[in-house]
Amino acid sequence: MSQEDMDNQNRISNFKFQISKILPWVLAIFLVIPASVSCQRSKAGITVAGSTSVEPFAELLAEEYMSRHPESHIYVQGGGSTAGIEAAISRAAAIGMSSRNLLGDEKKLFAVTIAKDAIAVIVHPSSPLEDLPLDKIREIFSGKITNWKELGGSDHSIDIVTREEGSGTRESFQKFVMGKEDISLGALVQDSNGAVRQVISSDPNAIGYISLGLVNDRVKALRISGVQPNLTNVNNGRYTLVRPFLFVFSGEPAGEAKSFLEFVLSPPAQKLLLKEGLVPVVEKLG
Amino acid sequence: MQLKEKIVEKSLLLIAFSSIFILALITFFIFEEGIPLILKVGPKLFLLGEKWIPSKGLFGIFPMIVSSFWVTFGSLLLGIPLGLACTIFLSELIPPSLGTLFRPAIQLLAAIPSVIYGFWGLVVLVPLIRNHLGGPGLSILAGSLVLSFMILPTIITISEDALKALPPSYKAGALALGATHWQTIWRVLIPAARSGIVASVILGMGRAIGETMAMIMILGNAVKMPTSFLDSARTLTTNIGIEMGYASGDHRQALFATGIILFFIIMALNTLAIFLSRRRAR
Repeated sequence: MSQEDMDNQNRISNFKFQISKILPWVLAIFLVIPASVSCQRSKAGITVAGSTSVEPFAELLAEEYMSRHPESHIYVQGGGSTAGIEAAISRAAAIGMSSRNLLGDEKKLFAVTIAKDAIAVIVHPSSPLEDLPLDKIREIFSGKITNWKELGGSDHSIDIVTREEGSGTRESFQKFVMGKEDISLGALVQDSNGAVRQVISSDPNAIGYISLGLVNDRVKALRISGVQPNLTNVNNGRYTLVRPFLFVFSGEPAGEAKSFLEFVLSPPAQKLLLKEGLVPVVEKLG
Repeated sequence: MQLKEKIVEKSLLLIAFSSIFILALITFFIFEEGIPLILKVGPKLFLLGEKWIPSKGLFGIFPMIVSSFWVTFGSLLLGIPLGLACTIFLSELIPPSLGTLFRPAIQLLAAIPSVIYGFWGLVVLVPLIRNHLGGPGLSILAGSLVLSFMILPTIITISEDALKALPPSYKAGALALGATHWQTIWRVLIPAARSGIVASVILGMGRAIGETMAMIMILGNAVKMPTSFLDSARTLTTNIGIEMGYASGDHRQALFATGIILFFIIMALNTLAIFLSRRRAR
């Protein structure tokens, strides 16, 4: 046997030795994970499912609720508004989450607005633009206006930034601003409010839209036909790019679902939502 | 001891099989989810359609196939000369003391998570391109540049192996015949290691076509046919990555169908690379 073969032999037996040390642990992990998951499932609780725009806020609320009621468990799942409403109808989920208004037959369901979310049209802080009427915004996003000089700005092409297909924010923007027009296929697409804000904050020629709560000083929110997007104008109805965040029930809420809803509408929970950038539905936050 | 060996061997066999089983499972699911949508839309309209508007039931991925190849070939344009130059330097010209510094450095390039490349591209390259060349900056050019760095480790390591695998007599013979060192490298060693080098490029291509995270961050993801390197674009991988969060129904299936196309492209590239490196071995 050559030296090299010996080396290989040594290495292999060494390897085998190490594997035999690790293997029981690996197997143990495989056995323990499913067991612990099924343990968790067996704990009684309710499911809240639907809009991915509402999901992060619902998770926050659920966490807070569970820390106050350690005996109960709330499972929060995504899937989209439509899926959430369907889950509420079929009672697959105790509560459906929706970031759009109910349509047609869905109106028969018991729906509660837990908060409102405004959509702000944003540009780079250095932009001379302050105010745009809705129809100009539509013409920009549909690709009819392609240069800032058509709006009194400098001679630069406009970089439109939109959200990806299927996003609730995009759906609302489509409904409130675009109507039947399509958003230009040449538009840049980002997959979160934060990513849209990042692009706008670094590109002086860009325009986009995000949740009002996420507007900060790195971007500038435009007035729409003279109305500044802020909490006051959302509450008095002057700013119209507002969508409701709904909890949907198949009937009068009861039990755990009712108690969770009551918590969500209580001042401390609403304060939490306000801090996260949503518009609360309860007047007095204590 | 004998029994223990047996147990360990069988367990390893089981684990090895389970990894293949997982591959088969993934393949099965991609096809099971994707094929119905392709049949529903029509293979021709799916592959060659130029409009991707899922909310209107339009699922054409042709712009993404084209963009994937634009971005990939752009990265090869810079990656191949750079990679080859590095390979030659590393295997033939480097002083031994520098070798201990260079090789780990290049391997480190492969260890950097792609999100870091993406972030760097977004913060450094994108504004540079926007300010000096125009356009939104989020562009094929930015994507190609970042990808060319990302594929360097693949190209360098594999083609250096190909050069190392050559019989020493090639070099000795060429030098003995009076060729200079550079003539030996360029006329003898590189041509002799050609198939290995081509294989390394093809594997690099596979890496480039499959890259997702960095590309989502710097390509801008517009769904249109690219007309210049300064245009924003969406590749096959980023289409899946960016839309999977909200997709349901046909839309979700269309993303799996995009995966099928990607699957075939990657399979073709890897088969080609394996074929080429086998030829080298013979």
